[in-house]
Amino acid sequence: MSRLRILYSRLRAEEKQLAAAAEAKGIPCSLDDIRTAPWRIEPHEGDVFLARCIGHLQNTAVARLLEAGGARVVNPSRVMETCGDKLATSAALAAAGIPQPAFRTAFSEEAALEAAEELGYPVVFKPTCGSWGRLLALASNRETAEAIVEHKAHLGAAHQVFYLQSYVEKGGFDVRAFVVEGRPLCAIRRTSGHWITNTARGGRAENQPMDSELCDILGRVQTAVGGDFLAVDLFLTRLGWLVNEVNDGAEFRNSSAPTGVNIAEAVVEMASGLMKRDKRGEKRGVKRSAPESGASSPGE
Amino acid sequence: MAGTVACVVCEGIVKLPENCGLGEILVCADCGTELEVVGLDPVRAEEAPQVQEDWGE
Repeated sequence: MSRLRILYSRLRAEEKQLAAAAEAKGIPCSLDDIRTAPWRIEPHEGDVFLARCIGHLQNTAVARLLEAGGARVVNPSRVMETCGDKLATSAALAAAGIPQPAFRTAFSEEAALEAAEELGYPVVFKPTCGSWGRLLALASNRETAEAIVEHKAHLGAAHQVFYLQSYVEKGGFDVRAFVVEGRPLCAIRRTSGHWITNTARGGRAENQPMDSELCDILGRVQTAVGGDFLAVDLFLTRLGWLVNEVNDGAEFRNSSAPTGVNIAEAVVEMASGLMKRDKRGEKRGVKRSAPESGASSPGE
Repeated sequence: MAGTVACVVCEGIVKLPENCGLGEILVCADCGTELEVVGLDPVRAEEAPQVQEDWGE
């Protein structure tokens, strides 16, 4: 029997909510810790995998292994690759003409300072990979930018791709909107006295009404990035919405209560639909020839 | 799941949540250490790994 398999490396509230929602819906489901056994590529048929590992690199790796065996993974690895790298996200948004804060990329300390001058202060330095607002740095002037750049030079190779974004005056809040199967689902407004508004950093969440302008830009983001379940972070400026980031492995524990929307339920219903489609063979041909190393993944 | 587990750092008693699962993070109220559940039968907990650079959503 086909199952919904929720893969994780740290069991968070979201994974438990997803499993509970599947159980309530009568959807066969398992919670699988990816760390318990070695992985090999094997053919998969019927099961749909919700890749919910907390580390981007591990999540993408496990998705690639599963997809090589023909499995349907939510979100697909190509979507993880775009969302897990802020530069890749910005490039995808730019290619689709979706409004976003002005950004620059630089590959040397000197060029990073030049980029900051070009954008104008204040400017935000972001690691291309990372979340929860970690290692974001706001430079209000040249002296601060020089200090940040010097520190980043000592943080290893991943920080040698300098990603700088214009600081956006966002009125003390940003918006996180959820998109399931291409449809805008709900959104929260995150308010904070701090310039970083992530709820993981203490931002307060309340419901954000979904107007047509917001729904329109979310639809464009989904078309540009792809994916089954996205969380899109936006700023509302006097010129309209700007897309700040797109997340492929969204946490939503602080969003269901203020919006009144059961996000876990929406996600498992979407995944259940994929299971049915897969069973009917509508989605794609399942690769049946296992690579030589061929067998199992944890839980099997 | 009812029950408790001892903190590996301070030996404080940490309550387990309902439906506790492998990989779940518990916080010791006595010393603040984050613990990861690494076994369920019997329940075992170790110090949780530090946040990695690519963690998050």
